[in-house]
Amino acid sequence: MIPVLLIVIPLLSGLATFLIKQEKAAKTWSLFASLITLVISVIGIAVVKDKAALSANLEWLPMLGSSFAVTLDGMGQILCLLTAVAFPMIFGATWNATYKNAKNFHALMLLSQAGLMGVFLAYDALLFYFFWELALIPAYFLCSQWGGERRIAVTIKFFIYTFVGSLFMLIGIIYVYFHTPGQSFALEDFYKAAAALSAKEQNWLFWTFFVAFAVKMPIFPLHTWQPDTYEQSPTATTMVLSGVMVKMGLLGVIRWLAPVLPMATWQNGDTVGLLCVIGMIYASIIAMQQDDLKRLIAYSSIAHVGLMCLAIFVTSEKGMQGVMIQMFNHGINVIGLWIVVELIERQFKTRKISELGGLAQKSPALAILLVVVALANVALPLTNAFIGEFLLFTGVFTSTASKMGPVFTAVAALSIILSAVYTLNMIQRVFYGNTNQLTANAREIRTNEKLVLGILVVAILVIGVYPKPFLELSQGTVDAIMSKMINKHPI
Amino acid sequence: MNAIVISAIWGVIMMFCGAFSKNNAAIRATAVLGIVLVFVVNLMELYGTKLFTINTTGMLAFDNFGLLFNAIAIGCTIAYFLLNGRDMEKVGLHYAEYYALIFFVLAGIFISSSFSSLLMLFLGIEIISIPLYILTGADKRNLKSNEASLKYFLMGSFSTGIMLMGICLIYGARGTFNIEQIALGTTTLTPMIGAGLLLLMFSLAFKVSAAPFHFWTPDVYDGAPTVFTSFMATIVKAGLFVAFIRLFEGAFDAMQPQWQTLMAIITAATLIIGNLTAVFQQSVKRMLAYSSIAQAGFMLFALVAMNGTGKEGLLYYTLAYSVPTIGIFAILVRMKDYTFEGFNGLAKHHPVLAAVTTIFLLSLAGIPATAGFMGKFYMLSAAIQNGHVMWLVIVGILCAAISVYYYFRVIQAMYFKDGDPQELETSGFHKGLLILMAAFVVLIGIFPQWLIQMLYNFF
Repeated sequence: MIPVLLIVIPLLSGLATFLIKQEKAAKTWSLFASLITLVISVIGIAVVKDKAALSANLEWLPMLGSSFAVTLDGMGQILCLLTAVAFPMIFGATWNATYKNAKNFHALMLLSQAGLMGVFLAYDALLFYFFWELALIPAYFLCSQWGGERRIAVTIKFFIYTFVGSLFMLIGIIYVYFHTPGQSFALEDFYKAAAALSAKEQNWLFWTFFVAFAVKMPIFPLHTWQPDTYEQSPTATTMVLSGVMVKMGLLGVIRWLAPVLPMATWQNGDTVGLLCVIGMIYASIIAMQQDDLKRLIAYSSIAHVGLMCLAIFVTSEKGMQGVMIQMFNHGINVIGLWIVVELIERQFKTRKISELGGLAQKSPALAILLVVVALANVALPLTNAFIGEFLLFTGVFTSTASKMGPVFTAVAALSIILSAVYTLNMIQRVFYGNTNQLTANAREIRTNEKLVLGILVVAILVIGVYPKPFLELSQGTVDAIMSKMINKHPI
Repeated sequence: MNAIVISAIWGVIMMFCGAFSKNNAAIRATAVLGIVLVFVVNLMELYGTKLFTINTTGMLAFDNFGLLFNAIAIGCTIAYFLLNGRDMEKVGLHYAEYYALIFFVLAGIFISSSFSSLLMLFLGIEIISIPLYILTGADKRNLKSNEASLKYFLMGSFSTGIMLMGICLIYGARGTFNIEQIALGTTTLTPMIGAGLLLLMFSLAFKVSAAPFHFWTPDVYDGAPTVFTSFMATIVKAGLFVAFIRLFEGAFDAMQPQWQTLMAIITAATLIIGNLTAVFQQSVKRMLAYSSIAQAGFMLFALVAMNGTGKEGLLYYTLAYSVPTIGIFAILVRMKDYTFEGFNGLAKHHPVLAAVTTIFLLSLAGIPATAGFMGKFYMLSAAIQNGHVMWLVIVGILCAAISVYYYFRVIQAMYFKDGDPQELETSGFHKGLLILMAAFVVLIGIFPQWLIQMLYNFF
């Protein structure tokens, strides 16, 4: 019942938001709805221990062997929690922003939340594909309607990019479907399909799935839509895209690719790993050159996601565990960074690093909060990202499946150093130094904005010191996935 | 049989109606009454009640596939009549005759969906084509309409000639017109059967506007009065597809390995040419003409795959393609400016129309939760199940991605671009019907179950 509620509540409340006339009421209503979703997801994690209540299987298309099967497993719990946390944060942080047609904006935001929840919960391939595409449609309208100057061209590029990827995945899904015992779209039957697929088939199927997920994450060289889209989207939508939506790709690999085609995953692991590290270094170097805050964070995000993807493909338990916790951490950290960008842009109408400076003198609270979030972005000890990235690196380094483990580790570590360079440089140039004309009259951020950022900072520190509950949450999923992947190793 | 007889009779009734009544509302009501009647009698036959027992000496065979298709075609025509009834008045003075011609076309479609002799195929296709030549030229004072009509007539008669030649060759080789007897024992391609098969394939490909026989389509669809374009591009095209698949499944199924590659090439060419050319159009009407070529490419998947999934899929696709296209044309026909710019800012002044158009376009693009997705899903499944044409599947999805570009251009114009929207008269009834159709598209997109159930029950 819980997973159905997690999808239905944002969906219905989103549709209802279209009908609300006043702007204020639409904002309050959507914040309220997202808080309800948050409460339900917390109940699903902390209170309900009964497995049956955490999954549902309703009849949908019995003729085709597809059903409305949703399950809240360990990975689902982490990602649903992230989604449920992200939306109230975003609504809270953008409370003072004004959007034309605010009701439509909030309605579409809630609809995209419903789509995301569906992706994270679906245990049926056709249903997964449905939600995968449906999460995209509201995002398309959000970016095209409320984005920057070049929004229309950029968004259609984003849309077509992801649509092509998705269609390749659809081919893969249908092909695997015809090889499942009894022709079914259910996840457990997909896990059995590998037996009926030859190594060659598995190999090309692997790429049909991977393209879809790689576009979404994004992995070099399929990342070119991402910086433009992040830059042109309204920041609230960028938060959804980079904080939550990239996790769709990671979840796709972990749930729908690695265990379904374990042989091919193992075979192509090093190729994908290579793409990941190239992307990490490449994105980090470009991030160093950026003057626009949004583009800087966009490229930084490519580097971080690349590391997570790398850790999945080296097939080690520690790495997988790291991915689970880092998916959540990266989500809240990057949302924190976007909130800061949003606050700066709203006040100064610019995102250019070169035009800002000395903000810390005028707005100390913002500076302190940003520094913590930024340090988490660099994965400093005591922050949440340290735990995640430490596990990721240990996983990659000690991997027995990949011979390239130490090389990957060395190159990937370089990108962490680079990330420290551009992040600290950004802090220094935006927040320290002397004020200029533009920033001389800067004012302190509002209470609600402080509150949202404050909660984020507390979460960052708490998870950084005490990550155990999270690790326990995902242990079950990690074990299940690893058993499916490692069995197929010819070692 | 029920539907053929009633629709032919009602065509004659409509002609008399025009002679005796000048009241357009009465004519419209008679036509709607007639089409509903045809729907009912077709359903009766589907459930086993035959009103007429006519010995056709095995030239017509009424199976569930054909009857189910008829039901879909008639259902779409009902929606078409209700939406476009008033717009047909504006085409010319012969209001009742337009309805009469459409009823004759329907009779032709019903013959094409139930023939089992090549002669009946020829007859059915000619009964479809000749009224269409007239409807294309219905706007008599418009040069473009005249040009389209003449072009269509010349090209159409040429392809009919080719079809007759094909039929003759097949007859010469097998000594029969009956498609089941043609199929018996023909597993190898003799030169004569091969030549006949090719000629039949080309002429039917011409009729469904498959590339490289598509050149007439954009000009004819663009030149014809918009109300009739809507009818030609949807219901008629689907009818011809059913004839196509009936012929090739019935007569040439065993030889499929020999002609599959050629059919796949035609399909790929149709997809690529249709989609790429649609990208460069400035007029939404012309874009829809190319889009209809592109969508025909997807329907051709059923012919390439030639399996149960494909046949089921063709029925589903007919609905998933026709309903949105009729809906978009019903809005387009009331606009004065057919260019993409004409749609600028539509969302602000006609939010309901913009919203339903968006749903129709999303369906044509094949986005999940609309009927179009399930249609494409079926077609891709059919081809993947067949297994020999994976390259065509790849071409198909790349083309589907291209189609997003031009369908979304309309959405972009409506929602994201400012402009003075043109005046657009709509009535509450018109809007309500469009909303119903949009809801239907979403409903069978999310719950295709009842439709699929129906298909399974009758197969």
